[in-house]
Order: sequence, then structure tokens, then C-alpha cells
Amino acid sequence: MEILVQLLNALPGSFSQGLIWGIMAIGVYVTYRILDVADLTVDGSFATGGAVAVILILNGCNLWLAMLIAFIAGLLAGAITGLLHTCMGIPVILAGILTQLALYSINLKIMGKANQSVNVNKTDLLVSLRWVKELAFRNPLITVGVVLLFLILALYWFFGTEMGCAIRATGINLNMSRAQGINTNFNKVLGIMLSNGLVAFSGAFLAQYQGFADVKMGQGAIVIGLAAVIIGEAVFGKIFKNFALRLLSVAFGSVIYYIVIQTVITLGMDANLLKLLSASIVAVFLAVPYWRAQYASRHMRKQKGGKENA
Amino acid sequence: MLKISNVEKTFNPGTINEKKALNGINLHIEKGDFVTVIGGNGAGKSTMLNMIAGVHPVDCGSIVIDGIDITHLPEYKRAKYLGRVFQDPMTGTAADMQIEENLALAARRGKRRTLRTGITSGERAEYKELLKILGLGLEERLTAKVGLLSGGQRQALTLLMATLKKPKLLLLDEHTAALDPKTAKKVLEITEEIVSKDKLATLMITHNMHDAIKYGNRLIMMHEGRIIVDVKGEEKKKLTIAQLLELFEKASGSEFASDKVMLSKNRE
Ligand SMILES: Nc1ncnc2c1ncn2[C@@H]1O[C@H](COP(=O)(O)OP(=O)(O)OP(=O)(O)O)[C@@H](O)[C@H]1O
Ligand SMILES: [Mg+2]
Repeated sequence: MEILVQLLNALPGSFSQGLIWGIMAIGVYVTYRILDVADLTVDGSFATGGAVAVILILNGCNLWLAMLIAFIAGLLAGAITGLLHTCMGIPVILAGILTQLALYSINLKIMGKANQSVNVNKTDLLVSLRWVKELAFRNPLITVGVVLLFLILALYWFFGTEMGCAIRATGINLNMSRAQGINTNFNKVLGIMLSNGLVAFSGAFLAQYQGFADVKMGQGAIVIGLAAVIIGEAVFGKIFKNFALRLLSVAFGSVIYYIVIQTVITLGMDANLLKLLSASIVAVFLAVPYWRAQYASRHMRKQKGGKENA
Repeated sequence: MLKISNVEKTFNPGTINEKKALNGINLHIEKGDFVTVIGGNGAGKSTMLNMIAGVHPVDCGSIVIDGIDITHLPEYKRAKYLGRVFQDPMTGTAADMQIEENLALAARRGKRRTLRTGITSGERAEYKELLKILGLGLEERLTAKVGLLSGGQRQALTLLMATLKKPKLLLLDEHTAALDPKTAKKVLEITEEIVSKDKLATLMITHNMHDAIKYGNRLIMMHEGRIIVDVKGEEKKKLTIAQLLELFEKASGSEFASDKVMLSKNRE
């Protein structure tokens, strides 16, 4: 009973956190699903977003402007990875790792130290975990929820434009795209930029929410993003076909992820084991389509064999 | 129109896998020429088309289309002048996009892609009409994902995409080879129809001698990276398979060796 109360108590918090990370997960969706590349820049660009926002806010910058600049910082981080990949021929995974590593130093330089806090009592913030149980507009659920919906609509529009369609085509079929006059390298860079812009934007939200930015705040972000994408698709894939709804399901996937994590913690699991748990879950889910294909082909062969014998 | 001069290409130079795929190609195609290309395995047919399309850079020589030197343009920039259909039906379309979205991508070939909508409602109506020409019922399935289509349907769609914006040159690389005979015939008929309607200059590789003779107004034969036979006009019209083989043996000093072509000969 007590545990149930604890769980319910923690629910608004996990929900808000899930939505904030949901924006990051949508960024991961852009590279992983639309562009069909695994971009590991996110672990760095997430912290970059947080660092940029916190420093700007501490210096009295307008909050929304700080968010915008964090987004732009993410775009730049993505551009580096994209250029390392397309202009220098570095495999995209390695390019992401290189940028991520470089960003660690850059994030330290931005903040001047390993972490910077913003106190919600002293500074105005867009979101804070202090407000998760308030019935007010400043409740993070509302703020983040509205921003998330806005972003989903913006992405829905963008991926329906000529430019957005070119990015999608690049992710699906490089040969066809080039044959249709699409500059695939440019579009890869553009897609990776957009993705990291969203990731940094999400980092900027999280830093305010938790009251600090930390150089390590993005550690494992890619795994959380993948988990959200996979959970979202597993749970809502059958009913959400429309592109906007698919993005929404990714955000919901992130919320589910945080609720599950919160639950296992409340049930007494060692918090140090969390990353092991996340990694294992994602590994299994990534393996499922592969196993399914293997099973299907073996099944087919058996059926065929059976018929021939009969 | 298309002028290829002294184009050479060696793959993996300086390694044990070194392979001279093109050995001095010279070819001049006029406006409206429909050229069929035939030759044994590894003769360099696909490589020649890929050089025109810019898939790989040339070692030397030049490629000029309509007075524009495209020798060093990247693949996506030359696409403005070229329509392409590939051997593998998977290659020419984006499986995870709708039929109409694929066509809309093709309609913007050679144009700057902006933040305007990727497909207008006017286009939809236009595509519906165009798809009717194929006679495959695709006009009723504009919003279906291309991945759901059969190989033949995909090739027909790719053909439509390649010619939606009238290209200066149409490149077909064994685009019916992966299809069953009946579908292949249908796609070839559609090809013929589109090419003659728009009077498109066309290079069509085929492994079927019968098709190579039946279609087009000119036939070239390749061997070891060279064009060794070039038949046009009246002579081309009267050509028979036996004559073709004879021409080949005389020009190359060897037997025509292609498992694929042998097969299609037997079918005749
Ligand atoms: N990308 C590549 N890398 C290395 N070698 C290649 C490449 N493409 C083609 N080759 C080689 O160049 C030669 C010519 O190949 P090409 O594909 O042009 O032949 P083809 O005439 O199209 O034959 P086919 O009828 O089998 O399609 C072959 O020996 C082939 O192995
Ligand atoms: Mg070939």
C-alpha cells in the first residue's frame, strides 16, 4: 500500500521527466528512423543544450531566447558530426563519438566547471521539478506538453516540405535520391543537425527542471532515446500510423520508460544498476526484429521442406 | 546530344583486383536516338552507364550532354539531365514513401528543394492521370507505400519517375532483367511508349538479343570495355540474331560468352 502511494506520488515527476526526454527521443528518431543512421553525438549535445541554457539564464538572458540559442548550439554540434561524416569520410558512429568527446571539453568551457546550478527561488525558469504537483500553468507537464505538441506539429510540417521529403528519401534510398537530384550529403548533415538541435533543446529543459546542468547529464542519452523510440513503436505502432502520431508515440515511449524506471526504483532496485537494466532492455528490443526475421525464414524453409516431402 | 570521348575506367588500380572496365569509349548519340546496348558479362555496359550518371568518376575522357560538360559534376547535379532505371526494382524508388510522394520527388529533380509543400493537390490529380497510362491500377493507390508494390509495378513507376521531368537522356540498365517474362514484356512496352511519345534519347542495356533488335533505332555491342559493334538505321531494322553473333565474333575474335544471353537465345 505504502509503495503504491509512493508510486502515485512519483508519477507526476516521472511523467514530466519523460516528456522532457521525449523531446530528446524525437531527436533520436530523426536520425535513427528517418535518416537511418545511429548518431552518438547526442550524449554530448544534450549536455551542451543544458550548459548553454543555464549560463545564459544566469546571465539574465530571456528564457525562451536561451532555449533558442541552446537549440542552435545543438544544430552546430550536429553540423560537426555531419561534416566529419560527409566531408571527411568518417563512419557516422565514429564521427558522433568524436564530436561527443570534443563536446565534453566544450561543455566544461561553457560552464567553467563540471556543473552549474540555477536556483528556481532566485531566477525565473520555464520549468522546475518544484512545480510538478501544482495545478497551475507553470506545471512542467503543461509547459513541456505544449512545447512538445508544437514541436511535433512543426516537424510534421517540415517533413512534408520539399526539403523534408528530400531528407526522408535520403534516409530510405541513397541511390534513388541521387538519381532524383537530391544532394544526399547535404541532407544527411541537415538531418543530423536538426536531430541534435532537438536534443540540445531537451537538455536545456532538463537543466532547468532539475536546477542544474552537468557535463555528464547526457551520459547514456542515446540509449534512453532508443529505448523511447522502441517502446513507443512497440506499444503504439499498430494504432499510430500517421507521422505526427508516430512522433507522439516516441514521446509516450519516453514517458513509459521513466515510469518503469521510477517503479523499479520504488520497488527497491539498486539505482546503480539502472544503466545496466536500460542497456539490456534496449539490446533485447533491438534484437527482436532480427530474431523475428530469422524465425520467419526458418519457418518458411520448414514449410517448404514439408511440402516437398509430402 | 550525348558525346562520350575517350572515357576510360580502371577499378582498384594498383591492386591485385585491378580491372580495366572501360577501355576508351567513344559514343555519339543524337537527339531522339534509342540505342540498345548488348554485351557479355563484365563487358562494361553498366560501368558505361554509371560513368554517364556520375556514380564513379572517370579516369580520363569527357562526357558532354547538349553542350554541357558533365564529366566532373557530382551525381546529384547531373541528375537534372538524366532519367535512370536500375536493374534491381528496389533501387529506383523509396519503399517507405507513398507512390505520390515518390513521383513528387521525381518532379523536383534538378530544382532547388525549398520549404514549399512536398506535394501539391494539383500534382496529385496530374499523377493520377499519368499512372493510368501504365494500366496497372496504380492510379487508385496513390497513397500506398511503394514497398507494397510488385517488382514490375515498381519498375514501371521508376520509369514514370525517370521521365516525369523530361530528361535529356534516359538510362536503362537491364531494367526488366529481374522480372518474369510476362511482366518484363509489359514494362518494355511501356518503355517503348514513353520513349517514343517524348522522343527521348535512350540508352538501354539488355541481355536479350531479341529485345535489343526489336527495340530502338541503333544497337551497340560492348566487349572488354570497348564498343565493338555499332549498327544503325535500315541495317539495324533487318538485323537477325545470327547476324549479330557473327558480327560479334568477327569484331572480337571470340565467342559470345554470356550465360544470360545464351538463355534468352534459347527462349526464342
Ligand atoms: N564498383 C566496382 N568495383 C570494382 N570492379 C567493378 C565495379 N563495377 C564493375 N566492376 C568490374 O568492371 C567490369 C565491368 O563491369 P560491368 O558491371 O560494367 O559489366 P556489365 O557489362 O554490366 O556486365 P553484366 O552483364 O554482368 O551486368 C567487371 O569486371 C566488374 O567486375
Ligand atoms: Mg551490368
